[in-house]
Amino acid sequence: MYDNPDLARTTVTRDIKIAAHGCQVYYGDTHAIRDVDIDIEDKTVTAFIGPSGCGKSTFLRCLNRMNDTIDICRVEGDIRLDGEDIYDKRVDPVQLRAKVGMVFQKPNPFPKSIYDNVAYGPRIHGLARCKADLDEIVESSLRRAAIWGEVKDRLDAPGTGLSGGQQQRLCIARAVATEPEVLLMDEPCSALDPIATAQVEELIDELRGQYSVVIVTHSMQQAARVSQKTAFFHLGSLVEYGETGHIFTNPTDPRTESYITGRIG
Amino acid sequence: MTDVPFTDASSGPARPARTGSLLEADARTRRRNAAEARFRLYGIAAVGVGLFFLAALLYAIFSNGIGAFQQTGYTLQIEFREDVLDKTGNRDLEDIKSVKTFAYSPLLRAAMLREIETHGIDTPLADAKVTGFSSPLDKLFSDGARSTLRDMVLADPSLIGQTVAVRILASSRVDGYLKGRVSRESIERDKNLDAVHLDLIDKLREAGVATKGFNLAFITGPDASDARPEQAGLGVAMLGSLYMMIVVLALSLPIGVAASIYLEEFAPQNRFTDIIEVNISNLAAVPSIVFGILGLAVFIQFVHLPQSAPLVGGLVLTLMTLPTIIISTRASLKAVPPSIRDAALGVGASKMQAVFHHVLPLAMPGILTGTIIGLAQALGETAPLLLIGMVGFIASNYPDGAISGFLAPNSAMPAQIYEWAKRADPAFYERAWGGIIILLLFLMTMNIIAIILRRRFERRW
Amino acid sequence: MPVLWLVLIVFALGALGFVLGRRRALGGAGGDIRLLHSLPSYYGTNVTLLTVVPALFLLGIWLLVQPVVVDARVSAMLPDSAISEGTTRDLVMSDVRRIAEGLDKAVAEGAMTHREARDIRAEFTDVRNRLGAVGVALGSTVGAPELYAAQRYRRIAGEGSLAMTGVVLALALGGVALSLIRTTPSFRARNTVETGIRYVLIFAATIAILTTIGIVLSLVFNTIDFFRLYPAWDFFFGTTWSPSFGGGSELGILPLLWGTFYISIIALAVSVPIGLFAAIYLSEYASPHVRAFAKPMIEVLAGIPTIVYGLFALLTVGPLLLKVFGQDGVGIMQAGTAVMTAGLVMGIMLIPFVSSLSDDIINAVPQSMRDGSLGLGATRSETVRQVVLPAALPGIVGAILLAASRAIGETMIVVLGAGAAANLSLNPFEAMTTVTAKIVSQLTGDADFASPEALVAFALGMTLFVITLGLNVFALYIVRKYREQYE
Repeated sequence: MYDNPDLARTTVTRDIKIAAHGCQVYYGDTHAIRDVDIDIEDKTVTAFIGPSGCGKSTFLRCLNRMNDTIDICRVEGDIRLDGEDIYDKRVDPVQLRAKVGMVFQKPNPFPKSIYDNVAYGPRIHGLARCKADLDEIVESSLRRAAIWGEVKDRLDAPGTGLSGGQQQRLCIARAVATEPEVLLMDEPCSALDPIATAQVEELIDELRGQYSVVIVTHSMQQAARVSQKTAFFHLGSLVEYGETGHIFTNPTDPRTESYITGRIG
Repeated sequence: MTDVPFTDASSGPARPARTGSLLEADARTRRRNAAEARFRLYGIAAVGVGLFFLAALLYAIFSNGIGAFQQTGYTLQIEFREDVLDKTGNRDLEDIKSVKTFAYSPLLRAAMLREIETHGIDTPLADAKVTGFSSPLDKLFSDGARSTLRDMVLADPSLIGQTVAVRILASSRVDGYLKGRVSRESIERDKNLDAVHLDLIDKLREAGVATKGFNLAFITGPDASDARPEQAGLGVAMLGSLYMMIVVLALSLPIGVAASIYLEEFAPQNRFTDIIEVNISNLAAVPSIVFGILGLAVFIQFVHLPQSAPLVGGLVLTLMTLPTIIISTRASLKAVPPSIRDAALGVGASKMQAVFHHVLPLAMPGILTGTIIGLAQALGETAPLLLIGMVGFIASNYPDGAISGFLAPNSAMPAQIYEWAKRADPAFYERAWGGIIILLLFLMTMNIIAIILRRRFERRW
Repeated sequence: MPVLWLVLIVFALGALGFVLGRRRALGGAGGDIRLLHSLPSYYGTNVTLLTVVPALFLLGIWLLVQPVVVDARVSAMLPDSAISEGTTRDLVMSDVRRIAEGLDKAVAEGAMTHREARDIRAEFTDVRNRLGAVGVALGSTVGAPELYAAQRYRRIAGEGSLAMTGVVLALALGGVALSLIRTTPSFRARNTVETGIRYVLIFAATIAILTTIGIVLSLVFNTIDFFRLYPAWDFFFGTTWSPSFGGGSELGILPLLWGTFYISIIALAVSVPIGLFAAIYLSEYASPHVRAFAKPMIEVLAGIPTIVYGLFALLTVGPLLLKVFGQDGVGIMQAGTAVMTAGLVMGIMLIPFVSSLSDDIINAVPQSMRDGSLGLGATRSETVRQVVLPAALPGIVGAILLAASRAIGETMIVVLGAGAAANLSLNPFEAMTTVTAKIVSQLTGDADFASPEALVAFALGMTLFVITLGLNVFALYIVRKYREQYE
């Protein structure tokens, strides 16, 4: 649709899925995220890069209010999903998280069967009217996570028995089974070997067609491979945000350049 | 990869599109949130019930037991009449000893009648007749009051012929009346006290003759027989517990530490070690009564150690606490980082030196904490003591010296409390609750010491 | 207290040995500790160890073995005629021991001379009265063979004690001498001492095994004795429990087992839901402040001795239940002591046990599991019920089994709160009794230790030991398996 990257930069014509303005995060007395403004687009893969501890994962966890589970964490500012403030008092984080799914750094399948792992979300959200519905959701989710072929004969086997790469794709299947609109991925490949990483990256590229995908990654090569837009975080601030091609070839901020050329990080 | 997944998704089963606004919860979410609130409520209720039980338990203990620390008595001017106590008049101790306790009854009665007269109290008891050796007035006094007077005279024969103010213990019914345990209704079927007595007590109280005072004898005194609850004390049983704890500490600390050092630092990974470890964790869960059976069969029947002796109690409790101490000691040894051992070994210390010079001192606070908690557990343990005979009316004499403290029959605090709980007279229940207050004070002190030790010396590596 | 003195002398020798060993080592090196293999104190310790350890070890063994040997020798001397109808050799022997102890006491208190104690004849002296005067009560008059055996008993025991003193002291002195001879500057004292200490440590560790062996042996032998007097079948399958110390008892364990299990089930029905929900609330919902307050408060319940709970059952909960369910209320409760009273109070006692074990187990479920579920939009309760609890289930089952084993072995609460009547009834407001309560009542009564009424306590103890041990082993196995899963 948007073949011209220069047009995309202005972002007027693309749908904005998530818009954050003046976002601050505190852990106790620590100011972890300072003044982040970012517009995340629909049907795009956005990569958050930056050195360890720069706050990229923290910010990601703000987007579906996973930070609510940490007692000392406090979020200020304005984050909107489709124009609705997700930190509004009336918003139920449970409903929000159903719309904004998450995949974690370490594969964390539940100690249940593969089928039950995937069916968990649809069950709690009541997405299936009958067993046949559920079967279909499980199958299509596993297909979309490109793992159906490997597990279709052992859906009753425990999810913890799969290899690392398979577990992570199972977690992705689990996340897409709830039909989210946004998929957050927190370093989804850091615990995987190169082959599994390639499979997951390929999958992310395909998921872009349906979801807005936000991925936190440590690897600049990965950001370059899978994302269309890249945001560079440093010491809790958003330093630069733009088309991935631009960020990597022609960064405007000297800090971004230092990071990309390997001088900080 | 192909585009198959995409077509899959678009042609998926009819799913309700989540188009609703985030700002209003849909019906299903509301239902789920209600379930969430209910679940949370169960949790709060469970915690609340737990705390309620604790509060109820403490309330029961303190409301019932605090009375044991006060005891009713009369301040009477006792005239030690020479014509009763020493007819020969030569103050020969043997002669004075030959006067039995019941001869002191008239002195008590006379002193009480004088008080009644002085305060102008009108009571039919003032004219009560003495039949045989007893008078209705006697029911006001503790059975032990006469022997208290006799002991006073035997200790100091010069009292004879004088009039001295003495605090005389009231009988347990009178005490119960002042504390609200005995009521006018409840004495109707009780032959130990009549309504006229209560009328008199009311007036004596107004006159300041019958008063409640601090009951030191309860804390330091020996147990008393079934008929004299007002004299029963926990002091001797406390000594019994003390001697037992000395045995437990002297045996379980060195043995427990030695065993833990071996298992944690030296033991090779083999079957023998495995057996010991499994053994210890199972021993920790063996019911305490089984240790009592062990003590009875091995220490008393087989080795012929004296029955009811604190030494045997201490041995049984040692075996019972050892697993606890070993488990906590091993945990604190394990908490010392290996780098400390490596550092010591690196400068040429032997393994034994590394452990005794470096690891053990660092683990000491944890070991002591575990030991104190183990001792507290042993202090409150009752069941095994019943089997080795540390129960019954045996805590009635102070041990005369350290050796008899270990070997002479004695009770222990919890066993004494059990003994009181079994007796028929409700006056003993108050004693039992009071005993529990004392026991809990000891346990609380021990636990606070353990907590302070842990706070002050605990290191985080 | 000759044994105490002996021990003190051995320790004194050990202390002396330390000084001598240290001095000798230093002397051998001409006062220059650099010429010694080990530090001087190791030479001293070496002497001490070699003096004290073998001597005390021998003393311990001797003290254990001597009564058995003396018993056997005296018992063999007792003529068959001394064992009258209706008694056994064991019973006569216990009389003999009592007489011997009585004679000892009489001598110790000066009521008898040594000579008298050795030579008096039952034909000429009323031994029972003389011993009664020093506070040793004997059941029957003392016959000639018993008195003679008792005197023999004293003599053999006296000779044994004398020999023991001699041998122990000789061993201690030998230890001093031998180790002093070996003390030369090149002697590897540290290594020897460390090996010695190592053996001491190993011995300390084996005490746990010795305890278990002691428990098993004391249960097994007495249980076998019991089954000689009372058929095992009737014990395990009898439905009546009515001991009578005059004989003709019916000692069926089933009513006791039923009482035990009924009370335990009520206790678990109280403690498991409360403990589990409290643990869930405190670990998943409560704010740090609430947790810091409520958790230690609930754990206070675990530190309260069981006698306190017993009293609480007997004097507070029992009367309270009676008010509601007794004659003036529902009318199904006769007395304050009942299954419900004991079960309820035992349940309170077990709440902290269940909750702290469950708390550990719930906290062992990795946070990533919770994140995964919350990230999918599950509520906290859905996460707990569908992810955390199933993952923690084996551990929780283990914890409940441990709690059950506690409940079955608990004594004081049931002794005071459950009543004394052995009933096979379904009414939870009726008095019943348990295995542990009956162990106490059978062994604290005046029964003769050789009678089935007393010995049955050991068979009960054996049953209790086997049941709780089985539950523990199984529970620990499950919990360990569970822990390994997340380590």
